[in-house]
Amino acid sequence: MALDLAIAPAPARGRWSANALPIGMFLIFAVLPLVAPVAGGGYLVSLGARIMIFAVAAVALDLLIGYGGLISFGHAAFIGLGAYSVGILSAHGITDALIALPTALAVSALYAFLTGIVCLRTTGVYFIMITLAFGQMAFFTATSLAPYGGDDGLTIAARNTVAGFALIKDERVFYYAVLACLVGSYFFCRALVASRFGRVLRGAKENPVRTATIGFNVYRFQLAAYVIAGALAGLSGFLLANATEFVSPAYMSWQRSGELIVMVLLGGLGSLNGALLGTAAYLLTEEWLAGFTENWKVIFGPVLVVVVLFARGGLIGLWAELMRRLGRG
Amino acid sequence: MVEPVLRLDRLQKKFGALVVTDDVTLDVMPGELHAVIGPNGAGKTTLINQLSGLLASDAGTIVFDGRDITAAPMHARAALGLARSFQITSILPRFSALENVALAVQARSGSSFRFLGRAAAEAALNGPAMAALADVGLAERTHVPAGELSHGERRALELAIALAMEPKLLLLDEPMAGTGREETARLVDVLRRLKGRFPVVLVEHDMTAVFALADRISVLIYGRILASGTPAEVRADPRVVAAYLGDEME
Repeated sequence: MALDLAIAPAPARGRWSANALPIGMFLIFAVLPLVAPVAGGGYLVSLGARIMIFAVAAVALDLLIGYGGLISFGHAAFIGLGAYSVGILSAHGITDALIALPTALAVSALYAFLTGIVCLRTTGVYFIMITLAFGQMAFFTATSLAPYGGDDGLTIAARNTVAGFALIKDERVFYYAVLACLVGSYFFCRALVASRFGRVLRGAKENPVRTATIGFNVYRFQLAAYVIAGALAGLSGFLLANATEFVSPAYMSWQRSGELIVMVLLGGLGSLNGALLGTAAYLLTEEWLAGFTENWKVIFGPVLVVVVLFARGGLIGLWAELMRRLGRG
Repeated sequence: MVEPVLRLDRLQKKFGALVVTDDVTLDVMPGELHAVIGPNGAGKTTLINQLSGLLASDAGTIVFDGRDITAAPMHARAALGLARSFQITSILPRFSALENVALAVQARSGSSFRFLGRAAAEAALNGPAMAALADVGLAERTHVPAGELSHGERRALELAIALAMEPKLLLLDEPMAGTGREETARLVDVLRRLKGRFPVVLVEHDMTAVFALADRISVLIYGRILASGTPAEVRADPRVVAAYLGDEME
């Protein structure tokens, strides 16, 4: 066991956090609709679904930032592409998920591939800027799509059917479908970072020159990771469009990309668990603060600064530190 | 007639007006340990960087294992069997010693575009990695994060990474740089044991180590090969003594 722990990659930061946190969160998500009718009804369920949908994208972003060292500032574009796939198909009367979902995944993966070819030629601050530029390109393209609502966005007549059945029309069924997508994405990413592929990706983050001299074409691995993360964000967009039954260019604004980075940073980079926790913390705090003042950003901003300054490992790191101190005392 | 493993023909590198590698012609025979020595700034590291592909050459050719690799990128040269260590230790600090080496084994065994299955649990990767670590005397330190190893241990780890690549030629850029006397002796021991398994190009400042290990020595001064021959020939060469060894031997 000692041997196993030592070789285990990054997630084993704190023993408890590697498994207890995600499983605990998934359990809370799972029971939420069962207790929600008592507590607050449909509002809580839709908030829970929203958190899970963004968590899918955040987990994918952590794959890039936390494991690949690739700070993508255009992640929201892929969410938007996934959402617009649903919206545009539905405007043409194609409303089945069996077509809409593969389209959403393919479109976002293709955009990730084509832009990744260019973006990954650069590193550091240039990479951040060029991903931002491609994100904005998608954003402005969407605002100029007059037939599909342009600036105002596009209302979707109804949720996608599944093989002709109005399966996810029911809020609860849809909620659990979202949960299944999150659990699947999370464990897929967990497997990915521990795999051969993930090891090369992590190696390239640690020391790209060393990884290349060992014999790996680092660029190809990073491109594959970029495409995978793009497709997962596309999945998130597919779910978001179905949740809100509306798509808008705002889904892919640079502010949204920034929020996703903040979610991952807030939770703690490079653990995937941090992305889950950070998304929930971000969206819940936003919801809570917005409840008693419309200037909630004035409070939220400083809170984020404090967390980033004083909790180096994000909330995950803070929690591990707390556990360590309690264990000692 | 035995073909050389590596042949440099009139290789050049200029940084602006400064000629750092000036018409270097040199070959390395199978199983040979060929040392390149010279004063600071002679262009030794630049030469190694040109060989490994970190720097592009301005003129001349590099033929490795019968193939012209002058224009090949770094990872392609590595894939052909050209392994290198760095003068400034280049490891993956947050990977364990074992994972550092296992990554190098992975580069040689099958595709790394495998997205499932725990790499850390693959015996086919861990086995050869453990063997390479044992070869350099790090068998006891396999699970220590590389960033926490001592300087000498990191030098040894770099060597293990290069070994795990099953090199056809090993480029060692000052493997003894910054190590203490005892650690240097240990590394010389390791290199002596490895000698003959594959040819080695050794760039080194420690003359005791060089004369203990080298089959042939080339002396590089201002980017030019001043002399090339067996240790005895080089030691006796008056030009070499005047230009370099004179101070170095004191």
